Amino acid sequence: MGLLSKKDSKLILDPLADNNPITIQVLGICSALAITAQLKPSIVMAISVLFVMGVGNVVISLMRNIIPSKIRIIVQLIVVATLVIIVDQVLKAFSYALSKELSVFIGLIITNCIIMGRFEAFALGNGVWRSFLDGIGNALGYGVILIIVGFFRELLGSGTLFGLKVLGDPVEKTGLYAIGYENNGFMVLPPMALIVVGLIIWVQRSRNKALIED
Amino acid sequence: MGLKQNLHNFKVKNQDKKWIPAFNALFTFLYTPNETTHGGTHIKAADDLKRTMNTVIIALIPCLIFGMFNAGYQHYLALGEIEASHGFLGSTFWTWDNLILGAWTVLPLVIVSYGVGLGVEFIFAIIKGHEVEEGYLVTGMLVPLIVPVDIPLWMLAVAVVFGVVIGKEVFGGTGMNILNPALTIRAFLFFAYPTWMSGDKVWVHGAVERAGTPDAISGETLLGAYAQNTDLAGIGYWDMFWGLIPGSVGETSKFLIIIGALFLIFTKIGSWRIMLSTIIGALVMGLIFNGVVDAGWIGETSKFYGLMSVPFWQHLIIGSILFGAVYMATDPVTASQTNKGKWIYGFLIGFISIMIRVFNPAYPEGVFLAILLMNVFAPTIDHYVVQSNVKRRLKRLKVKAA
Repeated sequence: MGLLSKKDSKLILDPLADNNPITIQVLGICSALAITAQLKPSIVMAISVLFVMGVGNVVISLMRNIIPSKIRIIVQLIVVATLVIIVDQVLKAFSYALSKELSVFIGLIITNCIIMGRFEAFALGNGVWRSFLDGIGNALGYGVILIIVGFFRELLGSGTLFGLKVLGDPVEKTGLYAIGYENNGFMVLPPMALIVVGLIIWVQRSRNKALIED
Repeated sequence: MGLKQNLHNFKVKNQDKKWIPAFNALFTFLYTPNETTHGGTHIKAADDLKRTMNTVIIALIPCLIFGMFNAGYQHYLALGEIEASHGFLGSTFWTWDNLILGAWTVLPLVIVSYGVGLGVEFIFAIIKGHEVEEGYLVTGMLVPLIVPVDIPLWMLAVAVVFGVVIGKEVFGGTGMNILNPALTIRAFLFFAYPTWMSGDKVWVHGAVERAGTPDAISGETLLGAYAQNTDLAGIGYWDMFWGLIPGSVGETSKFLIIIGALFLIFTKIGSWRIMLSTIIGALVMGLIFNGVVDAGWIGETSKFYGLMSVPFWQHLIIGSILFGAVYMATDPVTASQTNKGKWIYGFLIGFISIMIRVFNPAYPEGVFLAILLMNVFAPTIDHYVVQSNVKRRLKRLKVKAA
């Protein structure tokens, strides 16, 4: 990346792999369980968090010198809440069905530990540009896992991707279903999201032994 | 130089090869290895892991054979081709026709279970570079006994891979697992493919493919019948006890399970405390439900009435609670280790099993869920038992000192 210095590009690339917010820091698990049964909501959620994190980090970073440290959590909450309401309203206006599907989980972005975590850990102590990159990086790291989990859960659980029947029709018995394949109902249930995340963690740590902690 | 010496030399020659754990597993399965421990004190005991596992398998074989006969018997009975057999030695039960059909449907389950499960074990042993562990021997035998006879083989294979990897290997292999792998496999099947694991179609061979045709046959388990408040079609208590009823392959014959239990207790492999306390727990819960019905708190219109009004002792012979108590709850790895803990652990399994059975019509059999739940709590129970012991002793010490 010629655009970014080496130090800056690390801010984006690190959370994608070796410092991933979900698989390494184990933050933001709740939403990863709740909305990854289908691929589309996973992607929408990833984009929403990308927006909230990017803008939120910038805002907090701009205000970092004037926020009294005693009430910083409240200030952070107000910033997240404002941004989340914007996302919520936009979704309601332009994609009502999807906003129904995601229901309360868009609102619950406020409680997503990754966001508050990055505000506290990074935006409060770093410049605007670096905070922006950090926000984007972490949101991307979060989104990547969400999309991977959503992909497998929708493919194996419902036999579809974005609602398209890629494995054939289970009712009319075409495609894979003709030879006796059936959807795995367990994949649609939340525990399986936890197990899929666990498998990703397993693969990641066995590829990079440095990540294994005692 | 006998065959054993040749095999030993072969082993020594290839010691550093990657696949040697696979060879060792087969070698030590047939022979005692030539190596002996040198120096130091060590305990000499005949019951190593392999012998423990084999003892449980011996206890399970009667159930498996009975399961084969029963699979055939239920099929032909549902088709109306044979008369109902009366008693354990009924003339229409122990026939070649029943055995052949049963073996034809049950043996593939056994083969898939062992083939896939041991395959996963071998792969992990080779990757991790340790010896193949024997833990799967019993699991592989239990799995075909606790699934419906018509379960598609690929589903079983997927579930076995899941159960062995997630239930056992991720925790570090045999002896380190929190959950009973066989029950993990069943739970996976149950939640992943519920249409093949419950309902009134899957328990008798051939019922699924005939569904909706004029030849349709019903294959409901007794629990299903009770939960629906339907007639039991003339099945007597002795039929339930002998096991001439539809159900998972190996769990129907209470008689053979009791014999297996006695064998396990006699060889000191299974814990009689867990078996007994599980049964007590189930009876207590059954009595409580009977009391509720007698007190008139629940009317005949209630959807719980059917199972609640079952006399408490019948709960032991209509579902698979005995099988769970004898072969599943006693798994030494996942059960409580302390004696007092075993009583609590078993009691809660029985208690919760019957509770799930009665209250949750979606899970007509709660035994496997109850055991998995208590598997998770077993270390906690042990912790508190040990702590209370420590406290009592400390108190005694203080009294003496004062």
